[in-house]
Amino acid sequence: MKILVCISHVPDTTSKINFTEGDTKFDTTGVQFVINPNDEFGLTRAMWFKEKQGASVDVINVGGAETEPTLRKALAIGADKAIRVNAEATDGFFVAKQLANVAKEGGYDLVIAGRESIDYNGGMVPGMLAELIDANFVNNCISLEIDGTDAKAVREIDGGKETSTTALPLVIGGQKGLVEESDLRIPNMRGIMMARKKPLTVVDATDAGKETTAVKFEKPAPKGAVKLVDAANIDELISLLHNEAKVI
Amino acid sequence: MSVLVYTESDQGKLKKAAFEVASYAKEVANQLGTTVTAVTINAENTAELGNYGVDKVLTVSADNLKDFNSKAYASVLQQAAQQEGAKVVVVSSSADSKTLAPSLAVGLQAGYASNVVAAPTNTSPFTVKRTAFTNKAFNFTEINSDVKIVGVSNNAFGLVENSGAATAESFSPSLDDSLFGVKVDNVDKVTGKVTIADADVVVSAGRGLKGPENWGMVEELADVLGAATACSKPVSDLGWRPHGEHVGQTGKPVASNLYIAIGISGAIQHLAGINASKVKVVINTDPEAPFFKAADYGVVGDAFEVVPTLIEKLKEFKANNA
Repeated sequence: MKILVCISHVPDTTSKINFTEGDTKFDTTGVQFVINPNDEFGLTRAMWFKEKQGASVDVINVGGAETEPTLRKALAIGADKAIRVNAEATDGFFVAKQLANVAKEGGYDLVIAGRESIDYNGGMVPGMLAELIDANFVNNCISLEIDGTDAKAVREIDGGKETSTTALPLVIGGQKGLVEESDLRIPNMRGIMMARKKPLTVVDATDAGKETTAVKFEKPAPKGAVKLVDAANIDELISLLHNEAKVI
Repeated sequence: MSVLVYTESDQGKLKKAAFEVASYAKEVANQLGTTVTAVTINAENTAELGNYGVDKVLTVSADNLKDFNSKAYASVLQQAAQQEGAKVVVVSSSADSKTLAPSLAVGLQAGYASNVVAAPTNTSPFTVKRTAFTNKAFNFTEINSDVKIVGVSNNAFGLVENSGAATAESFSPSLDDSLFGVKVDNVDKVTGKVTIADADVVVSAGRGLKGPENWGMVEELADVLGAATACSKPVSDLGWRPHGEHVGQTGKPVASNLYIAIGISGAIQHLAGINASKVKVVINTDPEAPFFKAADYGVVGDAFEVVPTLIEKLKEFKANNA
């Protein structure tokens, strides 16, 4: 089984979010970038398929050269090779088209992407990719078993979960549940050394239009200080929620 | 040329989010000077959509659409959009709508903006405001394609009453077998309880509750408020509560009108997932808990004393304001 894991290069959750150039660009100054958490759950599940079922695992990212350390980290965790499509990842549809080209050419059986990236939160790349390569699609996937070309997947739905049967080729939008947080791997020194020698191929982006443009960013208005209510005066809390916040 | 809106239902009953996206579609239609056509799949009482400005409802009834199927549902909407010549398609932020919208975008060669929180700020170029960086910022996105898909964030636009005829018209799309490559075996869903996605109010609790045996009061508080229950990541990791209740960056997103956090310290990953909620109340013994910085109202106190009092007082309040 050939697996392709899509890796987004995103600011660490604790990063300060600021913008530059008249609020049109994300300010990367001092920001630490990581593998998108939803992708990391998928990558870890892919490692399981590699170790237990002999799958090969490639990782891919659409981005500039600055995203390579993130791909190297995925290699250090255990992926076999990395592909970087050299283009700025600004529009989900554009990114999906780039991934689709590589996925088709590489003949991958299973493509694992995160349900969304924690920067743009578009949540569209996995579904678009599935459509573009004519593969089956399970989003918000919290469990995946593969047997030959048959797949059993569980997805989280509003208010519960849904189990389905499908077949390869398959694209999933993965999330926590595919593996648990405690299963995530921190690259060890041997992994990091080996990652340096693993192939990282850079391919040119194909010409594809951009259907959306993020034109401007804005930070939420600063929040006022919390209003503290005495624990002995819960009536006041109810009154505030009713009269001031108007939520009950 | 009408604005097309997918109004979702559950067990035949239109969801609250359906009325919200209908309200949004009506606003877009007003801006563009056109009408609103809704699509329902195996739903009843579609005339209710008229109250939120829907002019026409394409009703689809099909046995093979009983279970959600991303590609088949997307195909239904694609065919409806093409029949109506729709240039704007509006969907919700439910798990199902977020799953089908990308397929639909490919089918219609449409740009798709998700998590949209307000009416379009401009119709030419078509520009919407959406959340980004997991609720730490907003971004204004232009959709440049001929057909545009807007995914509206839950509880962001609200319900706006309007009158529309909501004339029902039966719609029978052709659905090829090849669309059904994913077959649902089993749906395990809590019935009769409001879901986190649909809830106006979410009551959430963390490790401060000390053990799963103490969740009775959380559920009771949720009952009184008609709220959904949720929990922090450590609580689901410890197995005190089901994973589906975990809210936060790697769990379910919350965008309720009121979010009550009990015994949750407010780690940044938790806050990222719930920040889209409008009003946040925190109850915690530790006045230094980071959640107090993110909350609108706070009570420094022992949950085991505050919550039972809150339940009792809310019952009185509800009885007096019924």
